Amino acid sequence: MAQHVLLIEDEPNIAEAIRFLLTRAGLRVSHAPEGLAALALLRQDPPDLVILDHMLPGMSGLEILTALRADPASQNLPVMMLTARGRDREMAEQAGADRFMTKPFSNAEILAEVRAMLGQPRRAG
Amino acid sequence: MPLSALTGTKLRDRRMAAGLRQADVAARAGISASYLNLIEHNRRKVTPEVIERLADALQIDRAALSEGREAALVEDLRAAAARGGADAEVDRVEDLVDRYPGWAALIAALDARGRSLERAVEALNDRMTHDPHLSQSLHELLSSLSAVRATAAILAETPDLEPEWALRFHRNLHQDSERLAAGAEALVGFLDAGQGIEEQGIAAPQEEVEDWLRGRGWVLTDAELAAGLETEIAGLASAAARSLARSHVARAQADAALLPETVFLAALAEVGPDPLALADRFALSPLVVMRRLAGTAGLAAGMVICDGSGTLTFRKSATGFPMPRFGSACPLWPLYRALGHPRQPCDARVQMAGQSDRRHRVIAWAETRHPQGLRGPELRESAMLILPDDGAGPVLMVGSSCRVCARGDCPARREPSILSAEGAG
Repeated sequence: MAQHVLLIEDEPNIAEAIRFLLTRAGLRVSHAPEGLAALALLRQDPPDLVILDHMLPGMSGLEILTALRADPASQNLPVMMLTARGRDREMAEQAGADRFMTKPFSNAEILAEVRAMLGQPRRAG
Repeated sequence: MPLSALTGTKLRDRRMAAGLRQADVAARAGISASYLNLIEHNRRKVTPEVIERLADALQIDRAALSEGREAALVEDLRAAAARGGADAEVDRVEDLVDRYPGWAALIAALDARGRSLERAVEALNDRMTHDPHLSQSLHELLSSLSAVRATAAILAETPDLEPEWALRFHRNLHQDSERLAAGAEALVGFLDAGQGIEEQGIAAPQEEVEDWLRGRGWVLTDAELAAGLETEIAGLASAAARSLARSHVARAQADAALLPETVFLAALAEVGPDPLALADRFALSPLVVMRRLAGTAGLAAGMVICDGSGTLTFRKSATGFPMPRFGSACPLWPLYRALGHPRQPCDARVQMAGQSDRRHRVIAWAETRHPQGLRGPELRESAMLILPDDGAGPVLMVGSSCRVCARGDCPARREPSILSAEGAG
């Protein structure tokens, strides 16, 4: 069965491009444009990987990440964060993000990172 | 009249210029030649009486030997050394001012320029880091750029792209490039706003206002206040300074309405500069009277005002009473004693460190205000009037601020001084 990626991104055109890219790569992609919808989707259809934008309307990427790490069901879920600014990275790292992509990223980079993260064993403890 | 360390150097220069021998001058002044030698090399402080005799012996005016307008320059140089001249020979600063006044002024000017540039960098850095508009613009740009890059790569790198997807991505690309253009335009517009450094609040507004008032001799006459000073205020560089100047003028206008110049000057001539007596006569707050006294031309009165945090909000320095440009002043100033005891006058004779035997009489008074009523915060304001003084009585030793104060045994010292310590007095 195809591995499942949850993409949390409010920019529709970026979401569409990433979705197209990952689908072509044989992954199943679900998309949520903001935090509450994303947390609901997480429970209904648990993904193997989350791609999380830093700047989101309503709940910020960091808040979503914190909520996600607080829940035992998702505390070890691999999370890739999309950030625009270098200094957001430290905070995201502390909040428990596994990888970072700095905007503007290239498609090849995203794809390579996603493959690496899905190939690697889940985070221990 | 204060005599600083450079007096000795001047004496020596004058004696040599007159072609006189040390022994002859010493004999005429009735002191030993070795004592004169020590004085000339600034190794001994001299009493005004000895100076008088030496001046007579050299047939020069005593005033020519006393410290004059260089005092401010000496203070500026000491402050510059306090900020980072660990290797500067601070105890020789008067020598420097005396011998190389041009270089000394240049150092002070460079220091002032350095500080103003530091402030500019800090303000620009703050702006880059915290400006929400700039941050929003950049985010917008990076977002649309990310979408463009991802979409364009798909179009370029997917060989068998279905026509409906291609159409869709072309449309997205068009949308995003429009957003990118609009975002870039907004960003350029924002950066090109053409604000001067002063406009961005980078120059210190309080200093700007004080410079303006100093230029007017600190006097705003009732006629000028009635006519308004908007033309002059409009000439100040920064909006913050203009706003500070306007508040200052508004307060002076209110003071003038409560206590008109003619009435005030008549009472002053009769009672003398006693803020409490004058306040009582007119049933006004002593603060009103003190502000009027500070703005009276012939009085040479200095004044400081601070708020409840002790921050100096107004500084009119008096001769021989230097005030810190930045940071906090000497905690021994009666200004702060009054701040802790509102509506009780603090009257003292003070002697400022490093100003020889010059004394001042200071009168401080503080009041509380409750602009939001009973439940609102209490605001305090303390003011201290600084008058020249030659009376007798116990003297309180004070300084300007710790870094440039040489007072050796000060119980209130916050941090070490850059000057070598001198004993009390």
